[in-house]
Amino acid sequence: MNYVILSAILFTIGALGVLIRRNAIVVFMCVELMLNAANLAFVSFARMSGNLDGQVIAFFVMVVAAAEVVVGLAIIMTIFRSRRSSSVDDANLLKY
Amino acid sequence: MHATQAEGVQSLVWLLIALPLASAAVLLVGGRRTDKWGHLLGCATPLAGFGIGVAAFVQMLGYPAEERARTLHLYEWIAVGGFNVDVGLLLDPLSVSFVLLITGVGSLIHIYSIGYMSHDTDRRRFFAYLNLFIAAMLLLVLADNYLALYVGWEGVGLASYLLIGFWQFKPSAAVAAKKAFVVNRVGDFGLSVAIMVMFGAFGVVSFTGVFGAVEGASKGLVTAVGLLLLLGACGKSAQLPLQTWLLDAMEGPTPVSALIHAATMVTAGVYLIVRSGPIFDLSPDARLVVAIVGAATLLVGAIIGCAKDDIKKGLAGSTMSQIGYMILAAGLGPVGYAFAIMHLLTHGFFKAGLFLGAGSVMHAMNDEVDMRRYGGLYRVMPWTFVTFGFGYLAIIGIPPFSGFFSKDKIIETAFNKGGTSGWILGACALLGAGITAYYMTRMVLMTFFGERRWSDDAHPHESPPVMVGPMVLLALGSIFAGLLLTLGGRFQDFLAPVVGESPEHGVHAISPVVLTLITLLVVIGGGIAAYVQYGRRTVPVVAPAGSFATVAARKDLYGDAINESLIMRPGQWLTRLTVFFDSRGVDGLVNTVAATIGGTSGRVRRLQTGFVRSYALSMFFGAALVIGALLLVRL
Repeated sequence: MNYVILSAILFTIGALGVLIRRNAIVVFMCVELMLNAANLAFVSFARMSGNLDGQVIAFFVMVVAAAEVVVGLAIIMTIFRSRRSSSVDDANLLKY
Repeated sequence: MHATQAEGVQSLVWLLIALPLASAAVLLVGGRRTDKWGHLLGCATPLAGFGIGVAAFVQMLGYPAEERARTLHLYEWIAVGGFNVDVGLLLDPLSVSFVLLITGVGSLIHIYSIGYMSHDTDRRRFFAYLNLFIAAMLLLVLADNYLALYVGWEGVGLASYLLIGFWQFKPSAAVAAKKAFVVNRVGDFGLSVAIMVMFGAFGVVSFTGVFGAVEGASKGLVTAVGLLLLLGACGKSAQLPLQTWLLDAMEGPTPVSALIHAATMVTAGVYLIVRSGPIFDLSPDARLVVAIVGAATLLVGAIIGCAKDDIKKGLAGSTMSQIGYMILAAGLGPVGYAFAIMHLLTHGFFKAGLFLGAGSVMHAMNDEVDMRRYGGLYRVMPWTFVTFGFGYLAIIGIPPFSGFFSKDKIIETAFNKGGTSGWILGACALLGAGITAYYMTRMVLMTFFGERRWSDDAHPHESPPVMVGPMVLLALGSIFAGLLLTLGGRFQDFLAPVVGESPEHGVHAISPVVLTLITLLVVIGGGIAAYVQYGRRTVPVVAPAGSFATVAARKDLYGDAINESLIMRPGQWLTRLTVFFDSRGVDGLVNTVAATIGGTSGRVRRLQTGFVRSYALSMFFGAALVIGALLLVRL
């Protein structure tokens, strides 16, 4: 049960980080934090209910997270190269 | 009506339509290349048609009277399910009379046009249109079903439109052409609805089919068809209430006025009614309406003719009036049909002659049409004067000229109809004869007699032989046609197989001899009245103000004003109302909806700020909302 609470705390930290921080790298790390909080919750629930479904899902999430990191970091690198900034607020051209 | 297949020369009558049509096509497609010989080709086709017509006529005379109707099947036009229209030609005494009139008078007028239009650079186009008209008119009279007749009917309307507007650079001519076309559409509408009703009720449109089926039809249906046909006839023949276009149609070249708006096309209405005789025979009500329309128009046309100073418009009023006589005769039923057609033929001669005479005068006077600018022309234009004079004697009905025989018969038949209506119709016809004498005498006196009131640059001269020749031939027709047709009731017997035997009415309202004398007295009275007014006094060059009646007649008895206030203005209001409803109502609704959506979207668009974090926030709350809702539902 404590693991679930820890997972909730980690998720909250991650979410707040995404909403509040401007540095794209930090926002990215916070997204990872949220994903891993979810993983933790999956594993804990799997433990509690005594089957392996949650653990399997956690692996899938990790695969997705790895793929996401590859794409996301590439995007951030490209934006940084062209605009000399990694602030998410500067990348606001796509609007009304 | 029993008819056999045509043979011999009669199987060639399709050439009557094909030749002028081909010639019109050659002249129109050939363009300027055909300028040199176009008018000769244009004259050759009606002459060839006249030759074929005479040959067919002679062949017809060889048959016994009741076997004279011959059909010529051309091809199957429409075959859809139960609807079959075969294009075929019907050659019977009625249609052959028209063929001879159209090709005969048509040829003369074509020849006259060579001279009349010699100064016009577009003479070739003129002849192309004239040939087109001849083809359409012949299709109209030769068709053996109503649908093919309708094609010809529209064809002559088109040719009339093109020829009235031939000098379309004149705004008045362009407007007149449009007016003639629009007014004719009203009549054509009646004819087309009549054809639809016939097809709806009987399932056929051929003459034989319709006339066979009409016997068993209900009286109301027959009357309705009759009245719709009358509406069609009114449009084409310029009868009340669709008479207004004919006076403006005089904007066209004079040969056109002579051929289309006097001798042939405007008589198509009379042809339609006589051809549809079996329908009208079954409906006395429709017949009475026809007679009333004819009687009213003959008076209105004659009154208008009295006040016009424009020589062609005077003749146009006279044409309306004379066609009124024919329609009146046709409305009297089988006893009148033969007289209607006889007056139509004699009128074809003398009115075409009068128009050609008027054209000759205009040609000599630099296209001046105001009779107050003529005067004393009998010395300089003797041929024109003599031929016009014979036409004049024919139209007012002096014996033994042709108008006397045909018009006198119509007046007599109207009186013999019996009853109050017979007396009224007869009195109208008699009065019309007096007015005719008045306005025609006025026209002759103002044009050919009196002192010379020419404008300074007028140097009148006699017209060239190519114009005088046709006038002389038409004048001969004006003199002898009536006598030849009447002798021994010859023409009546000739037409009898088509229009039915006219019963020898033993009852005469007035004895024929007395009536003839009365008519002559009225005619001479009208002539003397005109002489007193225009022959013994000098005619002022500027028209005097005139009494109320004169002013009304000058304005065509307010025909245009009535149409304008009764039909045009309400029509304009209606269109304005619909435009208002459309722009404010329908468009307003659509535009409001569109503007609302557009405005709202414009504001909603502002939510797209481009800031990633605000998107993330909304996604976060959105997800929270969805999860909250799910939980709420499950609990």
